[in-house]
Amino acid sequence: MNRPLLPDPGRRRFMVAAVAAGAAFGFAATAEAAVSMGPYAGAPAFEPSLWYAIDSQGVVTVNVVRAEMGQHVGTALARIVADELEADWDRVRIVHVDTDPKWGLMVTGGSWSVWQSYPFLSQAGAAGRIALIEAGAKILGVPASSCIARKGEVFAGKRAVSYGDIVARGGLRAGFTDKELAALPIKPASERRLIGGEFQARDIPAKTNGSAVFGIDAKIAGMVFARPVMPPTRNESRVVSVDESGAKGVPGYLGHLVLDDPSGTVPGWVLALGDSFVAADRAVRALKVTWENGPTAKVSDADLEARARALIADEAAGSLVVADPGVEAAFASAKSKLEAEYATDAALHFQMEPLNALAFERNGVFEIHTGNQWQSLILPTLAKALGRPEASIVLKTYLLGGGFGRRLNGDYAVPAALAAKALGKPVKLVLTREDDTLFDSFRSPSVQRVRMAFGEGGRVTAMDHAAAAGWPTEVMAPFFMPKGANDRPFDPFAINGANHWYSVGAHRVRALSNDLANRAFRPGWLRSVGPGWTNWAVESAMDEAAHATGQDPLAFRLKMLDGAGRNAGSAPNAVGGAKRQAAVLSRVAKAAGWGGKLPAGVGLGLATTFGQERDMPTWTACCARVRVDRKTGGVKVEKLHLVVDAGAIIHPDGALAQMEGAALWGLSLALHEGATFRDGRIQETNLGAYTPLRMSDVPDLQIDFVDSDHAPVGLGEPATTVIAPAIGNAIFNAVGARVRRLPIRPDAVLAALKTA
Amino acid sequence: MAKFEVNGRSVQNRGPDDAPLLWVLRDELGLTGTKFGCGVGQCGACTVHVDGQAIRACLTPVSAVDGLKVTTIEGLGAGGVHPVQAAWVEAQAPQCGYCQSGQIMQAAALLSSNPNPSDAEIEAAMDGNLCRCMAYVRIRKAVKLAARKGARGGSARRAEVRS
Repeated sequence: MNRPLLPDPGRRRFMVAAVAAGAAFGFAATAEAAVSMGPYAGAPAFEPSLWYAIDSQGVVTVNVVRAEMGQHVGTALARIVADELEADWDRVRIVHVDTDPKWGLMVTGGSWSVWQSYPFLSQAGAAGRIALIEAGAKILGVPASSCIARKGEVFAGKRAVSYGDIVARGGLRAGFTDKELAALPIKPASERRLIGGEFQARDIPAKTNGSAVFGIDAKIAGMVFARPVMPPTRNESRVVSVDESGAKGVPGYLGHLVLDDPSGTVPGWVLALGDSFVAADRAVRALKVTWENGPTAKVSDADLEARARALIADEAAGSLVVADPGVEAAFASAKSKLEAEYATDAALHFQMEPLNALAFERNGVFEIHTGNQWQSLILPTLAKALGRPEASIVLKTYLLGGGFGRRLNGDYAVPAALAAKALGKPVKLVLTREDDTLFDSFRSPSVQRVRMAFGEGGRVTAMDHAAAAGWPTEVMAPFFMPKGANDRPFDPFAINGANHWYSVGAHRVRALSNDLANRAFRPGWLRSVGPGWTNWAVESAMDEAAHATGQDPLAFRLKMLDGAGRNAGSAPNAVGGAKRQAAVLSRVAKAAGWGGKLPAGVGLGLATTFGQERDMPTWTACCARVRVDRKTGGVKVEKLHLVVDAGAIIHPDGALAQMEGAALWGLSLALHEGATFRDGRIQETNLGAYTPLRMSDVPDLQIDFVDSDHAPVGLGEPATTVIAPAIGNAIFNAVGARVRRLPIRPDAVLAALKTA
Repeated sequence: MAKFEVNGRSVQNRGPDDAPLLWVLRDELGLTGTKFGCGVGQCGACTVHVDGQAIRACLTPVSAVDGLKVTTIEGLGAGGVHPVQAAWVEAQAPQCGYCQSGQIMQAAALLSSNPNPSDAEIEAAMDGNLCRCMAYVRIRKAVKLAARKGARGGSARRAEVRS
């Protein structure tokens, strides 16, 4: 599938320039200096690319355009630069930059950061190393060919000159052409000194002592606090009247604003203003607002599902993402068939830091201080809302108290900006948890239908998969949608996963945009996006098919992961293709004791995926061990085994942390999280009703990485995609009950047991 | 007008007496290490110590701490690094880090009253602290690490942090 607007920073001109003094939120090597707001007065320096500079003290400052939201991304990306540059890690400084057109597309999501950055950051590092060796050789009076670079110094035998001294002398090579860059010798894996191995993440110490600065901690003198009075629906509410008589007695109440939003981002919003958050919060409770609602104010889950089923039933609807010929013929001549419907309920982001933004105008520039994952997406919306050019708006970078895709959608910056403009004062908007939930662009509920046709010996001859859900990309970034075989656009983040690497004969995948969902709420990208729920259908159906045709679910899958035809894979990202998926699946089955004897009520279940995208496969497999209580329908996950092949691993401990978190997200979405959409809004607005996984729910985890030198791919999400189907399949193997809805609730297990 | 001590400093609240301690700490006293998560005492991000006990600052009116000693994440190490904080770094526990002030305060309170908690005791004490990154494996590991290193009464001790 295409991603039409990926950043292409590798083509950026490499140049030498003096580092300008400017404001930065930076991470430094020491905890004391980490993440502080204030000017960074860099000395004139060697800047062989946009991505880093070396000053005359030898300090390497790496510019990171990705948001830090728990993945320790700055550490991983700086390690890539430093490895190829042969830098001294103790003298590497990491800066998370503010928005500037020079950075190109700024987005942190899709498990893309390392995968996309590795090629050009390696090249940038190599460019610096070569230039420093050339200049160092001159200083040492030897040919460059007799020098090597190590740990921030250029050596000729035992004589050495430091990078700082080379930079101080000046006269470094001025630049590299695109052709030269492409031909730069990137080091072989055996020469890596900083990639891989054991090291600590730079952002962690500040996160243990209260000094880490998140968006919610941003402040400026004279700011007014604001909290919204949430309208009844996300999209079509209109304010009719506001009665503030009750609020006037709230100490610190400063009035209210009915937002007039030219961008249409926050229709029906009223902000209560106060001299503190407590005042604004209390004023919200005292304001009486009446709204006029659109027709979606009565929409509930049943309506969304009915619409999804109607779309699936209409064979002419939707975009054809995979469209092999011969699907109908294969079904017509099948020896046997299978058809099943899978559904998922709404799932909330529930990132721990409630949405917030601080906005104000200073020196002709509108500054937005907040955590954000996709700055390039919200800037045009802010420009429209404020009626000023994008060039006069800057998003300042902060740590994110959780992203998980919620902050890809920067809508929360808009009301803060509108209020700051209206008041002519800095406005600090903070949502409560309940506001945050009601404003969430949650994962849409989904309905999927899978049909499979079988020939002799249970061989799969055709697979037909239709998936209907709200489409976040259609609603928020339609320019990001590629077209299907029938020339209709589709949301790749609402269908990826269905275009799997199994050889299933004639394959058809139809992606359907649930227009009622798109209107009734704002669908969002949630960690692992499409593959987080399409694989619930794919991998459950694979198991159902194996059982229906009397085959072992492991052998059944391995037979189809044959690497034939389009599943052979290609360089550089998918070398080996489906064979690598088969390898992780075989390995996890062996590690988990697949085929062994188990106590009554206990079962193992398998699932395997390629992570997020065919362009960037992260080969992932899981075996879940569950214990099912036949009386209560309760499911206890005892153990999750995972094996992943993500190519070369830059930051092994960080990679493991991502796998742990993503796997537990998968478990939480499988058993603990599901929200109800009723009367135009989410009903479970806080903990108590919405119940993400807690420590006592954590099973035994065993996560193994395949040792690999292949291109590094993504790790933030793939583990999420395998857990739910592995659990569903394990439940079937334990007690014969087939569940087809997420989250898996005890009453569904009990109901399935009755028909088992 | 609640008067109390925060991290060894005497302070007096100037706002309403029924304001939650959380917002007094964050907005009046500039101690933003303590976080706002759910506002209903169910996520633990706002956990601080009052006279050594872990409490949820979002549900505690500031008047309730009148005359008492409050310790926040900023004051836990009393000028150094508390063994629990050192264990958190060693285990590389935080991901986004937002809940970690609360997790650390909860763990420090647990270890000061129970220096060698069992797995079940750790879960019982820590289950009220939500980690949305789900870094639970490492949080549990860090609690055990801190217990091994003797975190009890550790606020005056210094520990080594590798960078």
